[in-house]
Amino acid sequence: MIEQLSVFLQNEPGRLADLCRALGNAGVNMRALMVADTQEFGVVRIICDHPRTAKDALETAGFGVSVTGVIAVEVPDTPGGLADVLEALGVEGINVEYAYCFVEPGTSGAAVDVLKVDDERGHGVLEAAGYRVLRPADLYEPDGA
Amino acid sequence: MFQPEFEAMPRERLEELQLERLNTLLARVYDRVPLYRSKFDEAGVRPVLGSLEELADIPFTVKNDMRAHYPYGMFAAALHDIVRVHASSGTTGQITVVGYTKQDISNWADMMARTLACAGATADDVVQVAYGYGLFTGGLGVHYGSERLGCLTIPISGGNTRRQVQVLSDFGVTVLACTPSYSLLVAETAEEMGIDPRSLRLRIGVFGAEPWSENMRVQIEERLGIRAIDIYGLSEVLGPGVASECMEQHGLHVNEDHFLIEILDPDTLRPVPDGERGEVVFTTLTKEGISVIRYRTRDISRIIPGECACGRTFRRMERITGRTDDMIIVRGVNVFPSQIEQVLAGIPGVAPHYQVVLGKRGAMDTVEVHVEVAPDLAFDEVRELEGLQRTVRSEIASALAVSIDVKLVEPRSIERSEGKARRVVDLRGSSEGA
Repeated sequence: MIEQLSVFLQNEPGRLADLCRALGNAGVNMRALMVADTQEFGVVRIICDHPRTAKDALETAGFGVSVTGVIAVEVPDTPGGLADVLEALGVEGINVEYAYCFVEPGTSGAAVDVLKVDDERGHGVLEAAGYRVLRPADLYEPDGA
Repeated sequence: MFQPEFEAMPRERLEELQLERLNTLLARVYDRVPLYRSKFDEAGVRPVLGSLEELADIPFTVKNDMRAHYPYGMFAAALHDIVRVHASSGTTGQITVVGYTKQDISNWADMMARTLACAGATADDVVQVAYGYGLFTGGLGVHYGSERLGCLTIPISGGNTRRQVQVLSDFGVTVLACTPSYSLLVAETAEEMGIDPRSLRLRIGVFGAEPWSENMRVQIEERLGIRAIDIYGLSEVLGPGVASECMEQHGLHVNEDHFLIEILDPDTLRPVPDGERGEVVFTTLTKEGISVIRYRTRDISRIIPGECACGRTFRRMERITGRTDDMIIVRGVNVFPSQIEQVLAGIPGVAPHYQVVLGKRGAMDTVEVHVEVAPDLAFDEVRELEGLQRTVRSEIASALAVSIDVKLVEPRSIERSEGKARRVVDLRGSSEGA
């Protein structure tokens, strides 16, 4: 599983900027960032190069942070590519809670899709279907700082 | 029971006694205290009542009356007959002075002996009185009661916590009397000194003089390995000994042969039905040195309906849940921040740090509770956070009988205070709005 940071944010001007600045000051480089927002608060999800350093830095800066395990899978850069991935999970009855994409620089140019699923089998199912599921070492230094 | 003939007196007989004492009192203060004479005359009431219900026609006494008649102006006995004074430190300036006759001191000792017996103490106990001795009523009040009950009494007074621990341990102390927060400092200090507080002979804590919560009780009882009993009193009325929990730990029995308790709606000043919260108002039935008639305490409590398993017939008041000064009115319902605190304490996922924010949307007043999410919450799921928000809203609505908007805020985002936390933020006067 890939370690994703989930940060609770109040809807307040400048709050997301504060978060990014805290990460920048800690020397953390983000790979992907996704904001899920409601009318009153948001949850920011981050994939970065040093998740543990990032978590410490954010907590020191006063943010509420938790680490969530997600799947990162390479998606063929063709129409219907993501649909195929999701169908592979769907036929196994695995529910996707949320998903977002990023492009990993320096790789084949394939998109990486981040998936939060409600089932431990997700990783294995995707690999069995022939997809490349990324390991922590592919994205960041797994031992953190 | 220290005085079962009073503490378990049949209600009917008790109410006769109360009325008899009330009439004696009213006649006495009308005769001796110019303030009461002019209050009664202005209100057109005669100091003779046909029933306890008629008390509702008698004017109130407030803290300012005592300040205005500093120091001796409200005494109902000649200074010749006063044997002691205590004073309460006014947080807002002028101190208030209360005087006691020999009989008052004796009654007080009885009431405090009842309190200690109520908590389970007997003449075999060793009582460490760690309330301050001096103008504050706590130390001497508990001291006299402890001696009256026949306990070995240690007048150590407050402070010097390491010495407190040494004495607790060396003297085989079984009852500790102090403020609830101080008992936790004692526990902490004992641990620092390498003494396991649970290994001490200590078995009872008699704690008062500040508001505390049920959660704090659980914490104190576990850390010290004792039964923690809540006691209530205020110097204007007596000092410690006005009301005390029994071993049932469900409400504080009011010494109703010496005091009349009323619970009033703080706005209308009319009595609320038993079980509903309101301002606690006391009338002293037997005090000679200084008597208060319908004294508005500003403390919030309620009468716990029903009989107590301990056999005492004195009614029980709930632990103090707030002060009228903190009260806010939301769509006609009186809300005390402490009630919100209680609700939050029972919900996992939120911290007990909150602020009630009053604002305006157009002409409408708005109320919003800002609640910190717990720092160790799993923040990933928006749905769960929304669920948490709904839970807080519905728990507040069911506990307070009024629905209040809830906003989840980041951990540690609500300002911390060294002293009294700022729980209510009123933005209605400013241009910010809600």
